[in-house]
Amino acid sequence: PHHVRCVENVKLLDRYTNRKAANGTLYLTATHLIYVDASAEVRKEIWILHHHIATVEKLPLTTAGYPLLIHCKNFHVAHFVIGQERDCHEVYTSLLKLSQPVKSEELYAFSYNPKMSKENREIGWKLIDLKVDYQRMGIPNDYWEITDVNKDYEVCNTYPPEIVVPRAANKAVVIGSSRFRSRGRIPVLSYLYKENNAAICRCSQPLSGFSARCLEDEQMLQAIREANPGSPFMYVVDTRPKLNAMANRAAGKGYENEDNYDNIRFKFIGIENIHVMRNSLQKLLEVCEMKSPSMSDFLTGLENSGWLRHIKAVMDAGVFLAKAVKDEKASVLVHCSDGWDRTAQVCSLASLLLDPFYRTFKGFMVLIEKEWIAMGHKFSHRCGHLDGDPKEVSPVFTQFIECVWQLMQQFPCAFEFNERFLLEIHDHVYSCQFGNFLGTCHKEREDLKIFEKTHSLWPFLLQKKQELRNPLYRGFTAYKELQPNTLPFSFQFWCGMYNRFDKGMHPKQCVLDHLAEQNEGLNDIAVINRFDLPKILNLLGKSCAQSSSVAGSWCSSSLNKADVNIWISTPLIANFRG
Amino acid sequence: MEFSELIKTATVESVLLSCVGLPAVKGTLCITSHHLLLSSCPGGDSQPGTLELWLLIRNVDAVEKRIAGSSGTITLRCKDLKVLQLEIPGMEECLNIASSIEALSSVDSVMMMYPFFYRPQSLKLEEGWHLFPLEQYFQRIASQTSQWRLSDVNRDFTTCPTYPPTVIVPAAVDDDTLQKAARFRQGGRFPVLSYYHCKNGTAMLRSSQPLTGPNRKRCREDEMLLGTILDEGERGFIIDTRSAQAAKQARMMGGGTEPKSSYPQWRRLHRPLERGRPLQESFIKLVEACNDTSINMDRWLSRLESCRWLSHVKAALSTACLAAQCLDREEASVLVHGAEGTDTTLLVTALAQVILDPSCRTLAGFQGLLEREWIEAGHPFHLRCARSAYSHARLKQEAPLFLLFLDCVWQLSRQFPFSLEFSEHLLLTLFDNAYASAYGTFLCNNEKERCLCKVRESTHALWAWLNQPGEKKKYLNPLYSHNALVIWPSVEPQSIQLWQGLFFRWIRSSQYLDEAWAEVQRLAEGGDPPVKESVESRLSRSLSDPAAQTENGR
Repeated sequence: PHHVRCVENVKLLDRYTNRKAANGTLYLTATHLIYVDASAEVRKEIWILHHHIATVEKLPLTTAGYPLLIHCKNFHVAHFVIGQERDCHEVYTSLLKLSQPVKSEELYAFSYNPKMSKENREIGWKLIDLKVDYQRMGIPNDYWEITDVNKDYEVCNTYPPEIVVPRAANKAVVIGSSRFRSRGRIPVLSYLYKENNAAICRCSQPLSGFSARCLEDEQMLQAIREANPGSPFMYVVDTRPKLNAMANRAAGKGYENEDNYDNIRFKFIGIENIHVMRNSLQKLLEVCEMKSPSMSDFLTGLENSGWLRHIKAVMDAGVFLAKAVKDEKASVLVHCSDGWDRTAQVCSLASLLLDPFYRTFKGFMVLIEKEWIAMGHKFSHRCGHLDGDPKEVSPVFTQFIECVWQLMQQFPCAFEFNERFLLEIHDHVYSCQFGNFLGTCHKEREDLKIFEKTHSLWPFLLQKKQELRNPLYRGFTAYKELQPNTLPFSFQFWCGMYNRFDKGMHPKQCVLDHLAEQNEGLNDIAVINRFDLPKILNLLGKSCAQSSSVAGSWCSSSLNKADVNIWISTPLIANFRG
Repeated sequence: MEFSELIKTATVESVLLSCVGLPAVKGTLCITSHHLLLSSCPGGDSQPGTLELWLLIRNVDAVEKRIAGSSGTITLRCKDLKVLQLEIPGMEECLNIASSIEALSSVDSVMMMYPFFYRPQSLKLEEGWHLFPLEQYFQRIASQTSQWRLSDVNRDFTTCPTYPPTVIVPAAVDDDTLQKAARFRQGGRFPVLSYYHCKNGTAMLRSSQPLTGPNRKRCREDEMLLGTILDEGERGFIIDTRSAQAAKQARMMGGGTEPKSSYPQWRRLHRPLERGRPLQESFIKLVEACNDTSINMDRWLSRLESCRWLSHVKAALSTACLAAQCLDREEASVLVHGAEGTDTTLLVTALAQVILDPSCRTLAGFQGLLEREWIEAGHPFHLRCARSAYSHARLKQEAPLFLLFLDCVWQLSRQFPFSLEFSEHLLLTLFDNAYASAYGTFLCNNEKERCLCKVRESTHALWAWLNQPGEKKKYLNPLYSHNALVIWPSVEPQSIQLWQGLFFRWIRSSQYLDEAWAEVQRLAEGGDPPVKESVESRLSRSLSDPAAQTENGR
């Protein structure tokens, strides 16, 4: 049982106003840092999940005491000042340890217990079934099949057991192609646009070096092209900057030679690599944290961070794919280096542009499960779930979520869900409270036994659908394909994400919430229980108690069986019919 | 002068009109004294043509012509920022049309302008001119305190040529004192009441700079005027919208500030706001950047930064907040002035009132505020809005102070979407009408000129048109609910956005945003199906002059 540490007389500084600092008590539980503001008239609590903590810094002593600055992965910044040096140091070392678990078993998901029956937990994991999505696309059909060739992870250990490949590509072609692709990540189907049979496929870079060829890989691409008889050619899109791709050739990797593949049109789309993105975000956050910056400071900083340029690059790539499929009726094969970062961004964005299903609650969950989780986006490394190589950390998924938000700004009625839904997902990618985002690929999640030992996020989000829905959503049929404007001015700084915890910066009144409430009528709104702190602290010795995301923003009571039955039977299944 | 002398070619057939976001149309182009019309003839000669364009020539900011072979292209850049292209067969016709538009659009005589000719049947001439009498505004104050009085010291515009005949002044100060104080203020703009904060009895005054000059002149009457506002031991704040240095320099030119020694109860705060030419250039640069669709992200952000428009928005909002804070939080009276007291001064006082006073946030209240704090207060609209962002003409006294004000109000509406009774649509309409209008409301520079030109007798008021029941609905915010509180905006850069609805109005399609707005309206009004309006009808309507609808209705 974890000992709850408690430090009194801790100040919390407000970054933006000169308001008097709050004074209160800091608690460290097994899972959370909790700050209770004793000076406020209304009891105020701040909850920070240990997994959300990115960095803890001790700052030089001030007259008020020993400052401790905490940066969170969800962009919460908390600036505490602790009276005693010894307390400060103790909190500091505890947080360092608690925020960087070494072993997977230490992750919150393995101890999180919402008091749900085993049966319901299992139903929760079955909520998203990728086969159903392939069925929705009409697969299997004459050209495409779902194969279990990877059931023992022999073709590719970072792919799921079941993948969709062209019928014309037999096992020999699949195996042969896998030997010619980085980490065996062969071309597989990501999305089939039923209207014209054009497909979006994804893979990793070919091991072409300066001149190597692979007959099976060439046959694989031919099979993909021929699965779309309406088009005489297909695109092969390398999402890296050309220079990066060329540099890879020296290492025996590289990109497709147009002369070796029949009827392909090869194209580079310069999205920068994970290191550039990590640095860009770092710069952006520095801008967001500036103390009373001038407009010029802010805009110059925003420009120098390059962040919006990168967001635009990802969006441009998504738009290119969607246009190729819809307007040119051509299939597209997408890759980057390993095909699990930029490729995931671009493919999922294109699907979202092409198919209104992915703009529903259920569809968006499917999209993330399919293009990110199943296809081996290395959440564990990119999000730094465990103490590991900091150079592997990169905001690739954050960028995807932001692209979706940018689309919401342009198409306010096209999404069933609201900004808060995106933020919830983003929180939980880092929270390790649910099993979905643990590990780096399907095989690893099996090894971790997440399906037996942890809960899936999605049923919990669906339970909160009322507060996550977009009241302006005009339904499934109002918009088909989206063609966003990608001129620079169409991209806005996302204050709700990067300055999310600086409430003073946000509009003081929220239109969407107002409209949602107004139309709620007497409908049952998901009940939000405020945490009862003393009770929780009591419970902490026994099990790691209840759930919470950040800052006490929501705390679900345990799911009861009736709730579970309702969400399984009605809304979810219905969504699939659209 | 006869308009006909300026029109070299009145009609041209087969002119192709194009505009971003609209299909090009071919039709007959026709120039009248005040309008450019284009009617297409889809059904042959027998059918009446559809009116595709109804453009007030006063709206044209710049005319660019390009001749290629036997035909030519005219690009019309309008003051409301839209850009139109006309392809005209015949070189001579093209040159004639271009020079006719140029000549007609630069007619500078107020009484030759369209409002003096516009006579819609649905409105009466006198309607909407006396909706917001100062007497009525004063009554509200008088019901709370006897500290203030109405003075008609300026009834013949001799005390101050840019003030209205009646102003509100401290009750303890007689007209004689006012006249003497006026001589100590640039342009005679002595301190008058701009706003009375009922909550705690503090007041916001405005004036022009004192004529302190290099010899540190003093004026007992001016000191007394300001002295009577504060009780003994009370403190007031003077917000000078120039930098301390600029104020000092102004002394060399005969202007200056109130020295501490002569105004011991007043504390001076300098909050420099941009005005004049630099502000106009900021506007021009911003519009240039917005129209440049070839730039990449970095270039866009750096141009957005270097044009400094958003910095000006932030500064204006911050200064208005400061004034509001003095009144509401510090419980101290405030005097606001810059140099002339007709530009940044009005920006700050008007904005502070929107922040503080819920009655300025209704549709009628906002119109009243504009009348009182911009029009009657003598903001020189005729000079400031003579040219917009595209004009190649040499800048004279143009400066988009009023646009900056509207932008700040838009920022407020974004941060407090339920607290303003009017919508973005009203702000856009006000911008359009300030630069080119069928109505007399924004004509001339001050009340004296309006009297001389008989604006009230000979033109229609914009308010009369806006307040017609059918029209009014378009300007209302369906989410409005009365908010008695002060609306303190955030002025962090993260909270300030570029006003896309204005600066990109003609550049990007707003179809999806309009649909969202319709949905908001539907939900707010309790779920009636939205009034479907096709994109085409929306765009073609937006192309035409608002007056066209009224006129076509005849």
